[in-house]
Order: sequence, then C-alpha cells, then structure tokens
Amino acid sequence: MIRDITIGQYYPSESVMHRLDPRVKLFGTLLFVVSLFIVNSFLGYIIATIFLGAIIYVSKIPLSFIMKGLKAIILLLLLSVAFNLFLTKGEIVFQIWIIKITKEGIRLAVFLAVRLIYVIVGSSLMTLTTTPNDLTSGLEKSLHILNKVKFPIHEMAMMMSIALRFIPILVDETDKIMKAQIARGADFESGNILKRAKSLIPILIPLFISSFRRATDLATAMEARCYHGGEGRTKMKPLKYAKRDGVAYAVIILFLVVVLAESIIVPRIPALSIFVV
Amino acid sequence: MSIIKSTRLVYDYVRLSEDEKSEEISRAINGVDIEVLDGEFIAILGHNGSGKSTFAKHINALLTPTEGTLWLDGMDTQDREFLWQIRQTAGMVFQNPDNQIIGTVVEEDVGFGPENMGIETGEIWNRVNDALEAVDMNAFRKKSPNKLSGGQKQRVAIAGVLAMKPKCIVLDEPTAMLDPLGRKEVLQTVRELNRREKVTVIYITHNMEEVIHADRVIVMDGGQIRMQGTPGEIFSKVTELKSLGLEVPAVTELAYCLKEKGLQIREGILTIDELVDEVCRLSSKI
Repeated sequence: MIRDITIGQYYPSESVMHRLDPRVKLFGTLLFVVSLFIVNSFLGYIIATIFLGAIIYVSKIPLSFIMKGLKAIILLLLLSVAFNLFLTKGEIVFQIWIIKITKEGIRLAVFLAVRLIYVIVGSSLMTLTTTPNDLTSGLEKSLHILNKVKFPIHEMAMMMSIALRFIPILVDETDKIMKAQIARGADFESGNILKRAKSLIPILIPLFISSFRRATDLATAMEARCYHGGEGRTKMKPLKYAKRDGVAYAVIILFLVVVLAESIIVPRIPALSIFVV
Repeated sequence: MSIIKSTRLVYDYVRLSEDEKSEEISRAINGVDIEVLDGEFIAILGHNGSGKSTFAKHINALLTPTEGTLWLDGMDTQDREFLWQIRQTAGMVFQNPDNQIIGTVVEEDVGFGPENMGIETGEIWNRVNDALEAVDMNAFRKKSPNKLSGGQKQRVAIAGVLAMKPKCIVLDEPTAMLDPLGRKEVLQTVRELNRREKVTVIYITHNMEEVIHADRVIVMDGGQIRMQGTPGEIFSKVTELKSLGLEVPAVTELAYCLKEKGLQIREGILTIDELVDEVCRLSSKI
C-alpha cells in the first residue's frame, strides 16, 4: 500500500532529462507551475499541453507510470472540481432540483482540474528524472543564498537526504512490527475507523522508539566520520553546468515568454476570440 | 611505536534524576591501562556491560575520559584542537549496519568521510575506488545500500572508514547482527586489511570464535582488564573465562573436557586441526 505512491520516486533511465542539472529542473518546474497560473485561455492550455507532452516524450518515462502518481490526488481533484462545478454562480445551463450547473462553473472546474493535473505531472516529472541526492544537492546549491540570512540550507538538505534514505528501512520495520503484533493477536482489519486508528498505536510506539534509537546511532556514526556541518565540506559529485543545461534554460524561458505573450495578446485581438473561453 | 596508549582511564556515566537534582553515577571503565602497537590486531572480549564499547568510544574521542588520559598516535583525545584529526586517525565501525550508512548509493556513502574532511573531488574518487576495492565491493558501487546483505553493508561501512585513510580501525561488535556467512565475510575482510594494509585493528566482540586469529586478546569485566595475552594463553584458562561469563570456542571446550578426564592434551587449543594433531599424537603414543 505504501509502496504504490509514485510521487517523489525516481525512475531510472538514460534520457536527456535524467542528465540535466537538477538546478535546471528545479527552476523549470517552478516556472512551469507559475506559467500554469498565468494561462487563462484555451490557446494557452494548448501551448502548455504541447510543452508538457514534449518533456514527457524526451524523458522516456512511460505515460502510464506518470499517471499512477495522480492516483494519490484523485480525491482532492474530485472535491475541488465538484465545489467549482456546483457552487459557481452565473448563467445556468442545467438544473435539477437545487443543483445548478453554470457555464462559469464548468469553465472553472475544467481549468482547475487541468491545472492541478499539470502541476502534479510537471513536478513528478522532476522527481522521476532526478535521484534524491541530485535533488538535495541541487536544492542546496540553488538556495545557497539563504545562508546569508542564517537559514541552515545545508542542514535542511542533509535532513532531506537522510529522510529519503530511511524511508525504505522504516517501511520494512513497520511491516515487521505489524507482523509481530499480529502474531500476538492484534487485529488491524476489523472495526470502524476509530477502532482501526486506535489499533495503530501498538505499531506507532515501537516504531517511534526504534527511530529515536536509529537517530542516535546515526548521529554517532556521522560524528565518527568527521561530520561537522556544511562548513569546509567538499563534494564528491559537484554540480557543473553543461551545454545542454544552457539550452534547457533557454527553452524554459522561451516557453514562459510565449505563455506571457499569449495571455496579453490573445484577449485583445477580436479575430482570435474563439480561443478565449 | 604505540598507536594507542591509555593510562588509568576512568569513565562515569552520569544520569540525572527526573527533577534534575540528584545524579546517579555508574562507572563504566575503571582504571584501564592499554597499550596498542602499530599494526597490531587486538581483540577486546567481554560480556554485556563490561565496558568494552565505552572504551572503544574513547579511542576516537566520541567520549572523553572522566579521569586519566588516552593518547592516540601522540594526540591527547581530550584536546579539542585535534578532534577531527583524531577521528580521521581512528575510524569506527558500529554494530548495526543500517544505522551507520548515510548515503543512498554505496559509492556516495564511502565518499561521506572524505567529503567531511574537505578533500578535493578527484582525490575523493581515488580514495573511494581504493576503499571499495579493498573490501571487494566494487561491483556494488552503484547499488542502494538497502539492497545489500548484512555482511555486504558492514563491508561498505568498513570501506567508508578506509576512505578516510585511518591508521587504526575500531570495530564495535561488527558481526553481532549478522548471520554466520556475513560474520565470516566481515572477519575475513578485517584480517586482510590488517595483514595487507598494516592497519591497526581493535576488534570488540563477545564471540570467542572471532578472536582466535588476533595478535593479542584483552578480556574486560566490570570496567577493568581481567586477562591479557595471546589467544592461546587466554583460552587455556577455561575456568577463569567461564567465571567471567564468557563461552570458550567449542573445540577449546572439548579439549578442556578431555584433559579433565585425564588425557595428556596441551592447553590453549583453538582450532579443529590443532585438536586433531594432538589426538593423533596421543594415539600414536598408545
């Protein structure tokens, strides 16, 4: 069950997307998400779809694998679509009893759904093509400037990579504890939600205790290996920009310019009014 | 030349009571004098609570003595100025392989120590390659540590220490959580390193079978050194070992029992081959 979540997972493959510098991917994801909120017309969404499609194609990740990541947000998606669909006031197209569906409601709901899906697909494309280590060192390097305001960016990155390293270990451990408790007669499957939540306590407490023990052990081991924060630390795999990273930056910025231009120009030209929804 | 030298080492664990007023002191090590020569393979034996792990943590200044002094390669471990140099001179491998691997890829974990020491990138790669080669884990360098067996993880941990180019490696019960095969793997790796690279090894364990190849065995109990000598000398004192709560290797035990029954078998037998020779010698006499 826990293993099904694909958000934040890495999909090993040899594509240009995989080889890009993590900083480019972080920046690109950010710009993509921002541009999705600038887009306000049919044409804009077509541009964004083409862009996203091209990236998926280049990354060589099967579409079905990416779509699996959407499973986790399906409830959130349905809820927000429903709220927009039923609660927006405007020109009524359809009405049963007190449920009214308006033209504006449909428009908002569709746009919102597309935006949400694109945000999730776009950001999972980043994590799918970047190893956790690259991601953290990319974050560390691009947010380096925060050091100036005493924000412990190295420590944050270190915590993140340790957390990622321990996820599979803790998943295994949860499994083990669960089996041990089942062997002692614990019941996790029957009863109502409240009862089931309560039955998780005998799993969580041993899990917490052992995590604390692991944390102490790890801290000692890190100290024994001369760890003393980010100061004076060198990198085994330092990030270096290659030519393709420059090209990628150019493509991303071009995309943003096109989206911006589209959102300014299209609404002003009557001939293009078919694209304005 | 001696690499580790401790004089009258004492360490107290202090535990504050809930209201932080009174404190409870338990003395983990009580006057330990140890001298280890460069390149030696030392085994420290003792059951739980004998102070052996506490002593190990003193060697690379994870703990500093309450009384007495410990010198590592001429540096006083209490001197904070030498702290990183000390940790680099004496590397440490711990019991649980999962809790000491930091990297998500084998080679990155091995590079963790050199990265902390501020070594330049090219040299880090050289050291990582050499260290992985030394523990014979080169084939697994791109793998995730989670996919390795216990023995392999422990070898990665040893490589991580080796990459720091230490003069001395302290292993604190490295095989306690491994299966027999993993145990053999780790012990063999450690012996190789000691023999080939001339690294001083301090091997802490409560498993007797693992210490028979050591140059010297130190038996600890109640925070003090109770016995010291070559494995042969130590294992000839079966009754004394038993009184300290330690089990002798099965072969030694058998030889001891035979001797008790009146056979003329020499003391301190450690391996099956030795016992076979002894028995053959006896039967040829008869």
